[in-house]
Amino acid sequence: MTAVLLADITVFVLSVLVGFEVISKVPATLHTPLMSGANAIHGVVVIGVMIIAASIDTTIGYVLLFVAAAFAAANVVGGYVVTDRMLEMFHAKPKGQR
Amino acid sequence: MNTTTHLLYLGTAVCFVLGLHLMNSPATARRGNQLSAFGMAVAIALTVVVLVDDGTITATAAVVLAVGVLAGAMAGLVAARRVKMTAMPQLVSLFNAVGGGAAALIAFTDALPGAADEAISTTLTTFLDVLIGAITFSGSLVAAGKLAGVVPGRPLTFRGSRALNLLLALTALGAGVLYTARIGGLGTLGVLTGTALVIGVLMTLPIGGADMPVVISLLNACTGTAVAMAGFVIGSTPLIIAGALVGAAGGILTKLMAVAMNRSLLSIVAGGFGTGDEQTAPAIAATGTVRTVTADDAALQLAYAGKVVIVPGYGLAAAQAQHEVVELAQALTEHGADVSYGIHPVAGRMPGHMNVLLAEANAPYPQLKDLDEINPQFAATDVVLVVGANDVTNPAARRPGNAVSGMPILDVDKARSVIVVKRSLGHGYAGVDNELYTNPRTAMLFGDAKAVLTALIRELQAYVR
Repeated sequence: MTAVLLADITVFVLSVLVGFEVISKVPATLHTPLMSGANAIHGVVVIGVMIIAASIDTTIGYVLLFVAAAFAAANVVGGYVVTDRMLEMFHAKPKGQR
Repeated sequence: MNTTTHLLYLGTAVCFVLGLHLMNSPATARRGNQLSAFGMAVAIALTVVVLVDDGTITATAAVVLAVGVLAGAMAGLVAARRVKMTAMPQLVSLFNAVGGGAAALIAFTDALPGAADEAISTTLTTFLDVLIGAITFSGSLVAAGKLAGVVPGRPLTFRGSRALNLLLALTALGAGVLYTARIGGLGTLGVLTGTALVIGVLMTLPIGGADMPVVISLLNACTGTAVAMAGFVIGSTPLIIAGALVGAAGGILTKLMAVAMNRSLLSIVAGGFGTGDEQTAPAIAATGTVRTVTADDAALQLAYAGKVVIVPGYGLAAAQAQHEVVELAQALTEHGADVSYGIHPVAGRMPGHMNVLLAEANAPYPQLKDLDEINPQFAATDVVLVVGANDVTNPAARRPGNAVSGMPILDVDKARSVIVVKRSLGHGYAGVDNELYTNPRTAMLFGDAKAVLTALIRELQAYVR
C-alpha cells in the first residue's frame, strides 16, 4: 500500500467517525434539513468532475463530462438553496402565538 | 498541488464539519448551512484556480465543463426555489440521484483511457464507486418517482425476483472483481454499470411508501460513500472527507428511522411487507367494539377540552392536510385550549418531514414536541386527536410477542379521551390490529384527513360563536 493511499484511508475513517459524532446530536425536528444539507455537501462531487475534466480529450469523454458536470452542479446548488429555504422557515417563525 | 491549496481545502472541510455541528439547534442551523455553502464556494473557486494554473485542460473540455455546470446550476436553482414543502422528499431524492450519478461518472470517465496501467487500489475504488453510485442513481430515481406518485407507492414484487436479484448481485460482483484484477477493462466496467443500475431499480421497487424515510436515508448514505470512493479514485481529499461525513449522516439517520419503525434494515430492503397506504379489510370487528363519532360531536369535545395533543402521521402528509391541522390548532388555541403536537420520529415521508410541513404551515415552534417530550404529558391531556397515524399509537407495542413489540410509540391511550381520524379500520404497515381503536375511551372519526379537519374547524367555529 502506498503512503498516499494509507493517508487517504486514514482521512476517510476519521471523517466517518467525526460525522457520527457531530450528527448524532441533531434533534429529530431538524432531520429533514440535516439530510438535505448533507445532500448538498456531497455536491462536493462537482470538484471531482472539474479535476477529471483536465484529463479528458475524447468525444465520449466530453459527453460524460457534460452529464457529470450538470448532475453535480444541480446537486450542489439545489441542495444548498433548498436547505436554506427550509431553515429560513424554521428560523423566521415567531416564538409563541402568531 | 502546493501547500496553500492543501491548506485551503482543509479549511473547506472544517467549514463542512462546523456547518453540520451548527445543525444541532434550530437557532443556529441556518448559519451552519450557510457556512457549509461558503466552504463549498471556496473549494470550487480554488479548483478553478488549480485548473487554470495547471493548464492541461483542453479548451473543449473547459467549455463543456462550464456549460454543464451552468445548465445544472440553473436547473437545481429553479427546482429548489419552486418546490413545495410537501414535495421536498422527492426533490432531495432527485438531488441524491444526480449526486450518485456524478460520482459514478467520475470513476467511469477516469477509467476511459483503459485500466491496464492502474493500481489495484484505483481499480478497486473505481469498482466500488461505479457500483454504489449507479445503484444510488437508479434507486433514488425510483424512490423519487414513488414519492411523487409517478411510480406506484405500493410494493411491486414479482415471482422469481429474489432469484433474479441474486443473479444480478453475483454478476455485479463478478464484473467488479474482474475489473479490479484489470481483466476486460471498459467492457467489464460497462457490464458492472448496467447491472448496478438494474439492481438499484429492483431494490427500490418492492419497498412500500411507509418505509420511505428509511430508504431515503440509506440512499443518502450510499451517495456519500460513492463520493468518497470517487475521491479515492482521483486522489482528492475534499471528496473523501465530505463523502465520509455524508455517509455517516445517512448511516445514523437510517439506523434511527429503522429503530423508530421497529424494522430491521434487511427486512425493509427485502421489501414487500406493506405500505401503510393500502385499504385492507376491517380486521378488528371480531375482537372488540369500535365506537364512532360524528364531526359535530368531536368538535364539541374539542371545544370543551383544556389540553389537546394532536398526533399527525403519515396519513396527514399523504392527504396534504398540514394547513388544515394548524388552522384547527390555532382555532383551539384562540378558544383557550393548550395545544401541542406529538410528533413521532417517522411521521411523514422522510426523517423529520412532519416538522417541516407544520413549520411551513406556521405552527409555532414550541408547540412541536418529540416523542420523549410529549409522552409524560398524555396523562394530563383531555383530548388527543390522532390524524392519519396508526402503528405508532398502538399500545400493543408495550407487550412482547407481536409485530409492533418494542416499537417506540406515543402513549395516546393514557389520555382521558382519544379521537382517531382515519380513512378506514385498515391495518398499518405492521399488519396488526391497533388496540387503541377498541379502547372504550377512543372514538373513530372516519374520512379523508383534509375533509374531516375542515369539517371540524367549521363545527368548532359554530360552537365558539
